[in-house]
Amino acid sequence: MQTEEMRLDGNAVAGSLLDVFAVDVTAALATCAGCGAERLVGALLEYGHGMGVVLRCPGCDAVMLRVVRAGGSVRVDASGVSLLAIPSD
Amino acid sequence: MARAAIPGRLDWRVATVVDVRTETPRARTLTLDVPDWSAHKAGQHVDVRLVAEDGYQAQRSYSIASAPEESSVALTIERIDAAEVSPYLCDVLRVGDGLEVRGPIGGYFVWDVMQAGPLFLVAGGSGIVPLMAMLRHHARASEPTRAEAPVKLLYSARSWDDVIYREELERLADSPYVDVTIALTRDAPADWRGHRRRIDRAMLEETGWPASRTPRIFVCGPTPLVESAASLLVALGHDPVHVRTERFGPTG
Repeated sequence: MQTEEMRLDGNAVAGSLLDVFAVDVTAALATCAGCGAERLVGALLEYGHGMGVVLRCPGCDAVMLRVVRAGGSVRVDASGVSLLAIPSD
Repeated sequence: MARAAIPGRLDWRVATVVDVRTETPRARTLTLDVPDWSAHKAGQHVDVRLVAEDGYQAQRSYSIASAPEESSVALTIERIDAAEVSPYLCDVLRVGDGLEVRGPIGGYFVWDVMQAGPLFLVAGGSGIVPLMAMLRHHARASEPTRAEAPVKLLYSARSWDDVIYREELERLADSPYVDVTIALTRDAPADWRGHRRRIDRAMLEETGWPASRTPRIFVCGPTPLVESAASLLVALGHDPVHVRTERFGPTG
């Protein structure tokens, strides 16, 4: 139960993503390695609680980005993102 | 030697509570003085961190309610019973207390009045908070700018007493460029003549802009409301790219 209610947006974890990226990536365009859909990171679905952040593709539900704090390190698995296009000035 | 600032990197800072205001029986607004605050964009949030004496940390995100033009930062917090953070913020924190925050954060759920074009805001419960920052931002713009960005708000609350910013919304609705519709889902005053049901397709169609006007749309509230409203808006012909959502989780 509660899984639907626990679902948030990538936007909600923008602060945690700033621990990893040097810029705010919520307005960056991410391409899903699974289905090829392009979404803004802020529009991805977030299921992270406790251990870290998990962002899934709203189209095919594949895990796109995982950020976990464990063993004195921040571990980033971005294998579900084939391309991340970050707006620059 | 001064360290070069890394863009986007956010440090935790200790803000000071300068004002506390009760909004509803379950929500109150904390006005914070944050050192070295860089102006936010309407719709952004801050992270708040509480650290217990034993080192246990709890962190939550709270939307900013104040306009970017204001010098202090207002957060409106809804108390979620038996939660870790919101009861402390709602019941314990006093004027003069410190609070660890970092922000402003978020580049997705943001709006600037200079973008122009019609705006449709859909709120459920405390989801009104980031949308209020947009309305306050809109109210501070010049008349020609406001006229270029007319706003419609549809706000669903459980009861009249649960409507946050009620008097201010009534004042804002006096503007020819702001239209406010409130829907009450559980209890309504005996003389209530507005909507008395949850947000549905007919209500979105009646209170929002037609898809042909290509409004920017922001939907914020509990996850089920947000997902239902977003799907209905797309079914009404709105481009999904223009429907931005922010789901408020049950943790608090």
